[in-house]
Amino acid sequence: MISQLAFILLLILGTGWFVRNVRKIRKNIGLGRPVNRSDRKAARWKTMARVALGQSKMVRRRAVAGIMHILIYVGFVIINLEVLEIVLDGVLGTHRLFGTLAPGLYAVLIASFEYLAVGVILACLVFLLRRNVLRLKRFSGIEMTAWPKSDANFILVAEILLMAAFLTMNGADYVLQLMGTEGYIRAGAYPVSSHLMLLLPGSEAGLIQVERFCWWFHITGIFIFLNYIPYSKHFHIFLSFPNTWYAKLEPKGKFTNMNEVTQEVKAMLDPSFTPESATPPERFGARDVQDLSWVNLMNAYACTECGRCTAVCPANLTGKLLSPRKIMMDTRDRLEEVGRNKNRHGADYDDGKSLFDYISTEELWACTTCNACVEACPVLIDPLEIILELRRSLVMEESKSPQGWSAMFNHIEHNAAPWQFSPADRLNWAKTNT
Amino acid sequence: MFSLADVAASNKQPELVFWVGCAGSFDERAQRITRSVAKILDHVGIDYAVLGTEESCTGDPAKRAGNEFLFQMMALSNIQVLNGYGVKKIVTACPHCFNTLKNEYPELGGNYEVIHHTQLIQQLIREGKLRAAGGESFHGKKITYHDACYLGRANRVYEAPREALKALDADLVEMKRSRANGLCCGAGGAQLFKEPEPGKKEINVERTEEALASGAQVIASACPFCMTMLRDGVKQLEKEQEVEVLDIAELTVRANGI
Repeated sequence: MISQLAFILLLILGTGWFVRNVRKIRKNIGLGRPVNRSDRKAARWKTMARVALGQSKMVRRRAVAGIMHILIYVGFVIINLEVLEIVLDGVLGTHRLFGTLAPGLYAVLIASFEYLAVGVILACLVFLLRRNVLRLKRFSGIEMTAWPKSDANFILVAEILLMAAFLTMNGADYVLQLMGTEGYIRAGAYPVSSHLMLLLPGSEAGLIQVERFCWWFHITGIFIFLNYIPYSKHFHIFLSFPNTWYAKLEPKGKFTNMNEVTQEVKAMLDPSFTPESATPPERFGARDVQDLSWVNLMNAYACTECGRCTAVCPANLTGKLLSPRKIMMDTRDRLEEVGRNKNRHGADYDDGKSLFDYISTEELWACTTCNACVEACPVLIDPLEIILELRRSLVMEESKSPQGWSAMFNHIEHNAAPWQFSPADRLNWAKTNT
Repeated sequence: MFSLADVAASNKQPELVFWVGCAGSFDERAQRITRSVAKILDHVGIDYAVLGTEESCTGDPAKRAGNEFLFQMMALSNIQVLNGYGVKKIVTACPHCFNTLKNEYPELGGNYEVIHHTQLIQQLIREGKLRAAGGESFHGKKITYHDACYLGRANRVYEAPREALKALDADLVEMKRSRANGLCCGAGGAQLFKEPEPGKKEINVERTEEALASGAQVIASACPFCMTMLRDGVKQLEKEQEVEVLDIAELTVRANGI
């Protein structure tokens, strides 16, 4: 009875704190500008099914990492069925509740969980090796400071510990079942954990202790992990689904046309034109996170810092400062800062900072808008849109641009071409025949 | 001359408008691509016209650089001209013009069927109007195709240029990074108009090295900007004697003896 009460308390605290943090993130994402991404629903569901559920982008180009990731993903999703049983057992004070409902199916399920658990442990070990021993280039870079690196390692170690506790718990349970201990009904099949017998204590009391400890360790660990996720890059396990659903469906080359600019330009070209709204917009482009769309902000929370974008960025590959992953991480860091400020000092608080305190013009000017980063992202994040919005602010609000661009703007404005040529010469190509 | 103004003056409507683009109009190397496209159009007898002095920059480099005002000024005045002539279908030899006209003009009131010249060539080959015969033989020659970002990733046109090359009966070799994974030449996003930021290497050199590693004798391109970058790369790596950079339109003209 006491353990049931303790468990219910843990359940309430664990889920309650998680919901509170998710709400905070939702509120932060809501700080972004509105954008309609709810059209063409059928295509959106299809994209989500293919890219998030089906992991289609994970295996492309990086098959090793992709396949191991799928193993962990499938493991995570399926083993959660077991967590459901654990939660019900905890609340109701039962033991292996599902085992009595459908013994045959239960055996198949438990056996498959065990194989998956081994798979997850192995994949996590390989991932740790890649990050810390082989030191793959993709996992370093100026944005990969101490915290992002330990974040990744912490997640992998936590998953290994959880899976190890799960298997040890099963192993002890299996022996107790064989011994006919009271409360340990015969249920399930234990193809992996049955081999742990030699490592376990011989006495019934010792076994019960191990089984109970691992049960509590596993479920408490899950609640701790659940509450770690919103603070971590690991939040992608939830956000990759809405992130792919709300992704841009138009051709990647299509950049948004700013309607507020259309109104002004139309009024300039035709004095009799009446603009849609009389008040000019507060700001052109983005200076800070609130000027970005909510989809851009959701993108930042969906990023798991895998670095596939940066690994294919032509600017980054040739040693320039720009890294699309850093754009996403900076956007999230700044958004968290803005959200914290609003909570502490009220909604109108201005700390005098902006996204430009995180992202430099040198990074922004270096982008070739080639869309390689957008193409590479396994969850359809669009760093390019953020880069463009920041460029718009620099160019249109602050009249900042590299020298070459200022000249190019001038030429286009005065001779309708990016170079200094006269429109009268536009047919010169037809004058020769080589 | 076949400018749209002249054609319209005689109350006629051309089947197709050839949007030359700024590079195709003014850059000497790109002018050769323009002439090749014009030769193909003449050869197959398509009734077409150009805007000539009435053509302006689509605004692409201004837009990518963040100058939306300038972009829309160009876009809206171009749309005024195009709509004034009742233009329905446009072909262009520049993937940047192609992308802008096709994707960004419709919302601003410019609705046209826009195709890239490699798509036109593909169509003409399928119709049997272009055959790789009567001209230079590319049989067995190693050719690699460099995907232009604004044709490939931006608009998923991967096959049309390749089909045009396959028609040459050449030995088409792929670079390590191609199609959706293709590496940018370094010119897009208005980079062509400014100095690169400090780094270890030029992007066009990185890409040209990859093209050379494929063992190709011809690097095929479908974009005047890529052409500039790849030719500079070949020059810098001192491979001008061994490797040619040619546009797909130029290769088609040569193979057909036009």
